[in-house]
Formats: sequence, C-alpha cells, structure tokens
Amino acid sequence: MSIFPFVVVAWVCAVGLYGIITSRHLVHQIVCLIVVQSSTYILLLGVGYKTGAVAPYFYDIPLNTPAVDPVVQALALTDVVVEAAVTALLLAFAVQAHKRFGTLDPEELRQFQG
Amino acid sequence: MTPRQRRWIFLVAGGGFLAFYLWGLIGLPGFGNYPGPYGDIINAIAVPQTHATGVVSAVNFEYRAFDTLGEEFILFIAATGVATVLRHLREERDTSAVDEAKNRDVPATSDAIAMVTLAFIGPTIVVGWYLASHAQTSPSGGFQGGIVLATAFVLVYLAGQFIVFKRLSPIALTDAIEAIGAGSFAAVGIAALALGAAYLTNILPLGSTPGAVNSAGTIALISFFVGVEVAAAFILIIGELLEQTLIVREGDR
Amino acid sequence: MDSLLPLAVAVPLVAAAGISALNPLFGHRRRVLDAVAILTAAAVTGLLVVIMLSTADGQRVYWFAGFTPSHGVALGIDFAVDQLNSGLATLTATLVTAALVFSWRYFERVSTYYHALMLVFLAGMVGFCLTGDIFNLFVFFELMGVAAYALTAYRPEERGPLQGALNFAITNSVGAYLSLSGIGLIYGRTGALNMAQIGQAITGHRPDGLVVVAFVLILMGLLTKASIVPFHFWLADAHAVAPTPVCVLFSGVMVELGLYGIARVYWSMFGAGLGHRDAITAVLLALGIATAVVGALFCFRQRHLKRLLAFSTINHAGLFLIGIALLTPLGLTGAAVYVIGHGLIKAALFLSVGIVLHRLGSVNETFLHGRGRGLPVTGVVFVLAALALADLPPFALYLGAGWIGQSGDARELHWITAVIMTTSVLVGAAVLRVAGGVFYGLGDPPSEDPQMAEEASEETSETDEAKSRTPLSMIVPPAVLVAAALAVGLLPQLGDLVQDGAVRFQDQAAYNATVLVGAHIAHPTALLGPEDTSVTTTDVVTGVGTAVASLVLALMALYWRRLPVLRRGFEPGAGLVRPIRRFQSGVVNDYVTWMVVGLACIGGALAFAIR
Repeated sequence: MSIFPFVVVAWVCAVGLYGIITSRHLVHQIVCLIVVQSSTYILLLGVGYKTGAVAPYFYDIPLNTPAVDPVVQALALTDVVVEAAVTALLLAFAVQAHKRFGTLDPEELRQFQG
Repeated sequence: MTPRQRRWIFLVAGGGFLAFYLWGLIGLPGFGNYPGPYGDIINAIAVPQTHATGVVSAVNFEYRAFDTLGEEFILFIAATGVATVLRHLREERDTSAVDEAKNRDVPATSDAIAMVTLAFIGPTIVVGWYLASHAQTSPSGGFQGGIVLATAFVLVYLAGQFIVFKRLSPIALTDAIEAIGAGSFAAVGIAALALGAAYLTNILPLGSTPGAVNSAGTIALISFFVGVEVAAAFILIIGELLEQTLIVREGDR
Repeated sequence: MDSLLPLAVAVPLVAAAGISALNPLFGHRRRVLDAVAILTAAAVTGLLVVIMLSTADGQRVYWFAGFTPSHGVALGIDFAVDQLNSGLATLTATLVTAALVFSWRYFERVSTYYHALMLVFLAGMVGFCLTGDIFNLFVFFELMGVAAYALTAYRPEERGPLQGALNFAITNSVGAYLSLSGIGLIYGRTGALNMAQIGQAITGHRPDGLVVVAFVLILMGLLTKASIVPFHFWLADAHAVAPTPVCVLFSGVMVELGLYGIARVYWSMFGAGLGHRDAITAVLLALGIATAVVGALFCFRQRHLKRLLAFSTINHAGLFLIGIALLTPLGLTGAAVYVIGHGLIKAALFLSVGIVLHRLGSVNETFLHGRGRGLPVTGVVFVLAALALADLPPFALYLGAGWIGQSGDARELHWITAVIMTTSVLVGAAVLRVAGGVFYGLGDPPSEDPQMAEEASEETSETDEAKSRTPLSMIVPPAVLVAAALAVGLLPQLGDLVQDGAVRFQDQAAYNATVLVGAHIAHPTALLGPEDTSVTTTDVVTGVGTAVASLVLALMALYWRRLPVLRRGFEPGAGLVRPIRRFQSGVVNDYVTWMVVGLACIGGALAFAIR
C-alpha cells in the first residue's frame, strides 16, 4: 500500500488536465488548473513523510524526536502562495473577459486564429 | 478541434501520460520512508542554529528565505497585475454603484449575520496578529497570519458594509502598505550585506531561549513583513474583485 | 565582489516595491517613474557586466544567508554563475533597459504598475539565469511568468490581449506545475534541491523510471517557455498583443531563458546520470527541427507584423534547440552566440514595428504597403535588422548558425546546415518582404485576408493617434541594438571566449566540485572536446547565401503577380492557411491537449530508449 498516495498524485494531475481540456467555462478551467497544482502538494508532502514521525515543531518535545521533513512543508507553503497569486490574476482576466465580451467560453473568446 | 476530438486525443495521450507518470512514481521510496538527507539535517541543526522551534518557519525565513522572497514578490506582482487588468474598468465607473446582475435577487444582510460577523472581526484580528508574530515558535507565520488578517476585512464586507470595507482599505494606501511589506523583506537582506554578511543572513540577536517570542532574530522580523504584505495583497485582490460586481458601464448591453 | 550577485536581483525588487510604495507621491509625475526604472535597469546591467567579467577565471558560487554546504549537502540556496548564464542575464538587463528607454515617449498614459511589472520581470529573469537550486528555478519561473501574464494583458479592453494573456498563463502554468511534479519526484529520490547535489546523487546509478520521468516532467515547463513544438501555441497569441516594448523581452530573452533552463537542467543535473546521449540528442533534434520548420512556415504566411515576428522567434527557438541538442561545446557555443545576436536583432525589429504602429497606427502589412516611406531612418534600421536575421555577415547571427552547422558536420549530421539555411531563408524573406513593401513600396501589396485584416486593425490603441514625428528616444534604441549585434559579430576571439564558457557549462564534475566543495577548477573539460571556432569561408558563404536567397524570395513574394511563369491567382503560401488555422486555433483547450500529446510522445520515446 505504500505506493497508493502516489497513485493519487498521478490521478489528480490527470483529472485536472482532463478538466482543462474539456472545459467550456473559464472559471471552471481555472479551478481545474488548481486541481493540477493540488497534485503537487500531495506529491511534495507525500515524499517527505516518515511513518510514526511528528510534525517538525520542537516547542514542547525533545530535539532528537524523529520528525517529518520540514523542507517539503516549506515548499508546499510556497506552492500554495504561488497558486493563490496565479489564480487571482487569472480570475481578474476572467472578470475582464466577462465584462467586456459577455462570455467565459474559451471557444467564443478567441480573436486570433492562424 | 471539436470537443469530441479533444476528448478522444486526450484519452489516448492522457493514458500515456498517466502510465509514464506512474512509471516514475513507483521508483519513489514507499510512502512513509523519507530518505533524507536535507530534511533530517535541517531538523537536527535548525533549533540550535536559529533558536526557532518551528522548523518549517526556519526553512521558510532563513535556510530558504530567498525562495520566500521570490514568492512574496509573486504575490506582490499578482496584486499589481490584478489592479492593472481591472484598472480600466474602475476608471469608467459610474458614480452610482449598482449591482450589475440585476436578475440576481440579493437579500439584504440579516441582522443576525451582521451581528455575528462584526463580533468575529476583533477576535480574527487578534488571531491573525498572533499567527503573524509567532512564526518562530509554532505552526504559524506571515502567510497564515496575513490571510487571517485579510479575512477580518472581508468580514466587514460580509456584514453588508461594502462602503465601510472600501473606506477601511483605500486602494492607494493598501497598495503602498503591500509594497512596503515586500520591499522591507528585500531590504532586510540588503541590511545584512551592509554588515558584510551574505544576503538574508540572520543578523539580529537570536535571543537566549529557543521558542520565545523575541527569539530567532530576522525570522520573526521577516515573518512580520510577510504578514503585512500578504494581508495587504489579499485585501487588495479581494477588494478589486468585489468592486467589479458593483460597476455599471455606460452604453454596455 | 561576491555581494554584487544578490544585488542583481534585490535591487530591481526593492526599486519596484519602492515606486509602488511612493505611488501616492509620485504617481502623477511620470518622468520620475521613468527615470527611476531606467536607472535601475541600467544599474543592473552594469552590475551584471562586472559579474560576467569576473567569471572569466572560473565559476562563482554565492550562498544565500551564508549557508555553505556541509559534507556535500546544500542547506541553503545558491547562485552559481558562469560565463554563459551571466552573459544571458546581461543580455536580459540590456534589453529591459532598451525597452524602458523606448517606453519613455511610447505610451500616452502609463501608470506605476507598468514600471513595477517591468522591474519585477527583470528580477525574475535574472534570478532564473543565476540560480543553482532547482526549486528556486521554479520560483523565478513563476515570478517572471506572473509579471509577464500581467504585462500581456496591459491593455485589457480588447479581446486579443485577454485571449493572449489567458492562453499564455494557462499553458505556462500547466507546464510549471508539471515541472514542479518532476522536482518533487527527484527530491523524493535524492532528498536534495541543489542541482549539483542532485546530479551527484543520481550519477553512477543506472537511470531508472523515476530519473527519466523527473527529467521529462521538469523539461515540460521549460519547453513551454521556450515555445518548442508542440508546446509553442501560446507564444504567437501572447506576442501579438503585448505592448511592443514588452514583446522585445518576450521574444528577445524570455523564450531563450526556457532554452537556457533546458541546458542548465541537463548539464547540471541529469546529464551524467542519464547517459544515453544519442537518444537525448535524437529527441531534442526532432523537437528542434519541427519547431524550426513550423515557425518558418507560419512566419512566411503572416500579414500581422507582430505575429510574423513572433513566429520567426519560434523558428529561431528551434534552431537554438538544435544547437543544444548536439551536446557538443561548439553546438552550445553556436546557440549562445545565436541567442545574443537574435536577442539584439529581434528587439530592434519589434521596436521598429513599435515605431510603425506609433506613426501609422497599424501593424497590417497589406494596409501599410508603401506607407512607411516617410520613416527613412526606421526603414534603414529595419532592413539592416532583417538582413541580419537572414544570417548576413558580419552580424553575430551568421556565426551562431555557422558553428551549429559545423558541430553538426562533426557529428555526421550534415543536413543540419540545410535545415538552418532553408528555414532562415523563409523567415528572412518574410521580414525582408515587409521591409521592402512597407518602407519602400516595392511590388504589390499582399492580397487582403479579411480575417487577418480584422485582427491586425485591432492593434491601434497603444498610442492614441498617429504621430507626426518619431521621438529620438524611440529611434535610438533599435539603432543601437543593431549596431551592438554588428559589434558582437566583429569581436575578436568571440568563439574561443564563448566556447570556454560552454566547456565549463558542460563539465558536470567541475560544476559539482565548485558548488558543493568550493573547489576552483581552472581547466574544465567537457565530455566532447572543444572544436575549432575560427570563422571559415563556408560560414561566410553560407551566411551571404542565406541572405541573398532571402532577398530573392522576398522580391519574388513582392512581385509574384508580375512574374509571367506563375499562373494568375496563385498566392505564395496560400495552401498553408487552413492547416495553420486548424492548429493555431486560439482555444487554450487545444493547446493543453497538444501539450499532453507532446509529453506522452517525448516520455514514450525516452522511456523506450532508456529502459
């Protein structure tokens, strides 16, 4: 069973990509992008996990207690902020698109072709 | 391509991708068997070296503080980008703010909701402040605290007080505060250079007791600036997006 | 001395935050903002020149917060600076400075936002070049990405910029997250984020699935940024709509940074561990050739000037990838020199198109036919830049093309020169056709394409109305850039200097020792030895031949209606329209579909070769 969390990673990533490809609504598409990114959180936190280890906070536990990897947790935090920033910007684009052109369908939004 | 063609192509290519990705994932040491060495070494040395008992914060604000600096500026520039994109709409704003989706029935905020949300504002600010100022000791830090602080402002909006919300967070001021938070982080690093140390070196006294609020030197300081920046950025982003629901453009539709 | 390294990133960041913070005071004083931004970019350029010169005697490594590695384990983040990446960073800062000077009179109204975005974009690109940590690379990838998405949508009142920004942001984000997945995979194996340490950890073991998958996934974001077929679709949409000074940076350096990332990830992390160099050469060559051909064909067919230049960038990205794919020092040398020359020349071309847009209010080739006669200086600059783009000696580009070709010959791949020549002729002819038609009114205007005309006529609002004269601050930057490309081409010993850097870049053992142990390696050695970099007659003849062939083809394109041998109604490149429209559909769903297809194909090919 020790591979199962990583199967989830691949599945979440593929599902997110499927969503982006089939989406007919920009907001939905942006949410699917978040799903793709979510797979990276599972992967990062998954690879740093140690069975039976505590969280890396040594406020009231001895220093040599086995703890999980703090680095991936810091990376995941960075990742979350990146996601929030990109999502905010994309949603602003979507708001503009809807205000200006009255549609959120990627097929109808295009101007350039070829 | 038609949606149908896309779906078929994806079924084939996506299946290939899934198989390929799994081929790599099975090469990982099984779940729960982190091999190290990076995290294990950090866990062993971080507390004596930085006097921060929250090792994740030590990684975020000291060992890999340069990542966090980049990430701070990603948020900063995204908020700037949101303002850029929505700027034109704001300039065209009609003087009378009316909900654009007229067919949407918006009930007035009930007194109960207004009461409860207003009552939560004070505690939310306290919690946010606590989180932003205790990165060095506990699972908290500038991001978490900053988001909670921003939530306090959103509660004002939830209480039905959009005008108050806007008055509490004027765009020019929030923008400036956000920039000061992000810029101060970068400047803390330069201060270390001025003292002859490497960029972002922890130059402040670490305090005698690991885990005390005044311990860990620049970790606490940077976390505070990050808190300011994150709170301002989210207030700005949420405010700009909320404002869009209240804008009527002339000659449109 | 070493403390200059972090300043190259910190200074533009502080400046960007500073102008945003002081916005309430200076927001209405436009010239103050312009001056601060230009001075900051110029200062960063100066810093980087000093840094670049200091790398001549070896690589420099800078550890942030002073955490030097202990027992071969990196605790912090490092900047690992050598000749090639500091040179690329210098090019970046130079082009940002030129773009900001051009913007001085270009925008009617511009807010603080523009300057903050440009400076953060600069910091992101410089950090991306210099970092030696793979997660830090991802952070800077996103930093320059977010700034670039916002800059693309700088004029969001039109459909084009929004479509371009959305397609750009979604495709690049998907690529970035796939890269991050690769980083997570390799971290799960090695427990390291430093590139040298990862390389050390995977060297000496048989490459298994995890290493191959991590390599391919990390490449995804970089291939997308580098606009390699089939990850290239976003580029034309974004470049056509971004403000012209921003296009300069997109085409001139941002795409090239993606290619640099591929080279960096290969030679600093995976090269020694993966082995199977022939398979990797084959895969990258196939991608490079497809990109070069697709870019050239699409470019020749375009009538929208900015899109035409964007497709020419795709063609060149393919040629650069061919240079990298050879895995030889001379191939990398050729690619590096090609990148420098192309960056300067493409920037000059985009700025010239900016002047045309400023004065004539259009980027539609058909509409503009003969209307550029009143812009003599711009015309001369544009013609020179177009000839340089067609590999005319002594502009730097012919050297790059020549060295890539030579290195291909040495590896028994003689057809590489042919690929470079034919695609360069198509691209050069397209740009020269524009030069002759727009600035000198030669031949007949290309027939009106209703859809393209509609697209091109959208492009008007960057400047409020057509201006009667070209300000000096707009004509000087492109002229200086063309002169710089000429100067680089005439530098003595250029080939040896760059090849020294390329050899160091490819010596993974030396890189590891310098970063992890702090060793000083005076004489690095690449796996494949350096080759002769003297400029041969063949190089010059090939370059002149390409330029002449471009000129002939351009004249044919302009005068084809009057040629007796061609039947009436024949339009060069007309048969391309339908397939181009079909693929370059403007719908981001299609683009992501092609990305998944590309990923599955590259992954399948490498999995088959390296089992």
